[in-house]
Amino acid sequence: MNKPKTKKLLFLFRHAPYGSALAKEGIDAVLAASAYDQDLSVLFMDDGVFQLLKHQKPDDIEEKNIINILSAFTLYDIQSLFVCQESLAERGLRNTDIAIGINIVAHNTVSQLLSQQDHILSF
Amino acid sequence: MSNLLNFQQNIPPYKAGTKSMSLTIDGKIIATDKEGYIKSLEEWSEKVAEMIAIEEKIKLTSSHWEVVLLLRQFYQEFELSPTMRSLVKYIANNLGKDKGNSIYLLKLFPPNPAKIASKIAGLPRPKNCL
Repeated sequence: MNKPKTKKLLFLFRHAPYGSALAKEGIDAVLAASAYDQDLSVLFMDDGVFQLLKHQKPDDIEEKNIINILSAFTLYDIQSLFVCQESLAERGLRNTDIAIGINIVAHNTVSQLLSQQDHILSF
Repeated sequence: MSNLLNFQQNIPPYKAGTKSMSLTIDGKIIATDKEGYIKSLEEWSEKVAEMIAIEEKIKLTSSHWEVVLLLRQFYQEFELSPTMRSLVKYIANNLGKDKGNSIYLLKLFPPNPAKIASKIAGLPRPKNCL
């Protein structure tokens, strides 16, 4: 029997955390997908870059800290994490504002990354 | 009165078909969901763990405890109940590969280590457990 072909899936995060359930739902989708041994990548762009910031204090609104959950990604073998450099710059954010290890990529790399995927799931 | 309560603690909390929605420990009622996961993390104690373990027909040894305590640490660190894969990896990182493998964990917490050990550790049901 042939081994089914691995699909390339990219999870795209474009919204700030906490204002809606999108960030949390997206992370749950990534973690669930990680159980299927596919080729997963995660890309943060536009307001999605706010999910990566240090010093998030969601306890006051009784939410879980997105950063704590994102830092578990390596335990789920999700290693391909990217953030769009321009999106950071547009919001006045620097590399040092980011709380987790992630590849910072320019616009042309983002386009390349998007064009290589079998499926893109946007949150 | 306290004797009576201690006595209560030794009664297996459910019989087939009458599964309880709460645990009673030292006279304190602890709410659980219908699968036996306690609803409030703060209500967990070692006694609660022992009680849930009885329901799962597991006798807790020091090998069980080190996994249960690591699970609680996992939850504090990541605010997640682990899946099998992440649990294995986390245990391997902390206790070495001898213990960080699915066979070892399956022997301790049959039939589903991620679910059963999370339940004993007082964590919410693993959401991403497929």
